Amino acid sequence: MATNNNQSVDMAPAPEGIEGSGFFLTSLEKAVGLARKNSLWPLPFATSCCGIEFMATMGSHYDFARFGSERPSFSPRQADLLMVMGTISKKLGPVLKQVYEQMAEPRWVLSVGACASSGGIFDTYSVLQGIDRIIPVDIYVPGCPPRPEQIIDGLMQIQTLAETEKIGYRNSPEYKARLAKYGIE
Amino acid sequence: MMVKLLDTLQLPIVSRRSTFGMDEVLIAVEDWIKTFQVLHANGYSLLTDLCGAHFPESDAQYHVIAHVHNLQINHRIRLKTVARDNSNPQVPSLTGLYSGANWMERETFDFYGIQFIGHPNLTRILNSDDMTAYPMRKDFPLEDDTRDDKKDEAFGR
Repeated sequence: MATNNNQSVDMAPAPEGIEGSGFFLTSLEKAVGLARKNSLWPLPFATSCCGIEFMATMGSHYDFARFGSERPSFSPRQADLLMVMGTISKKLGPVLKQVYEQMAEPRWVLSVGACASSGGIFDTYSVLQGIDRIIPVDIYVPGCPPRPEQIIDGLMQIQTLAETEKIGYRNSPEYKARLAKYGIE
Repeated sequence: MMVKLLDTLQLPIVSRRSTFGMDEVLIAVEDWIKTFQVLHANGYSLLTDLCGAHFPESDAQYHVIAHVHNLQINHRIRLKTVARDNSNPQVPSLTGLYSGANWMERETFDFYGIQFIGHPNLTRILNSDDMTAYPMRKDFPLEDDTRDDKKDEAFGR
């Protein structure tokens, strides 16, 4: 494989549609879903050992960039996906919430590891018992810490969410109600 | 040598002992500043550590422990004092002598609620600013009190 310089490149498959000479017809929803799915810009919010696993995930061996997440965004304004990896103390909670609020729609949240999802082993007064107490979470990745394969699996599930999201969902009363539960907007 | 050193300093010692290869002296809280003035003038210029301790079974529950280091002769001394009033424990601040005492006293205040008289900015340093408890006190429940998914029988209690 490494000796072959003429490898075929795997492209994201085209959605269902009508194809003809010089045109391709599909729904806007599917085209947008295809684009969003394959260009998720993650914001790594890494606070502990799950963050170390994420570094391995970003590295050449696991190569997170294969999924269109080539550019980790360290500014929430340009990020699509908030990846929370590690213990979030109660003092850090408002910071995390502010980061989430600064992200533009559409935005997704991936909670990586036991600590971010539930507080993990840190059942103590100073640690937030799961980030879903302050921001809505789309996908939880279990593990302490999870292996890179699990983090990739979590990202692929976020991709599925992005691909299948209905146009207008972010303006729907359903979504507004979801945010309102966390006191956001 | 160590014994002689401590004797020559003529510290206002209440009691003394030696544990873990280190001299330890108990100082009355009124003599706390004076003791460190003597130590500082005699080369103990590094305040290695300062922390609190809570002994709920004692009459005076709140203790403050400080370690000083003389770098010239490489000698360390551990000093302890006991705050008098359990409802409002107060100890004089060492910030006038050791700049390094600033954050360590804030930490001790943060976790034990010990007031350091004369401290320039005695506010919380590690815990959330809106916290009202002093979490290292023994009567503070360490487990998170906001969880409702823990069943006592599952934990054998």
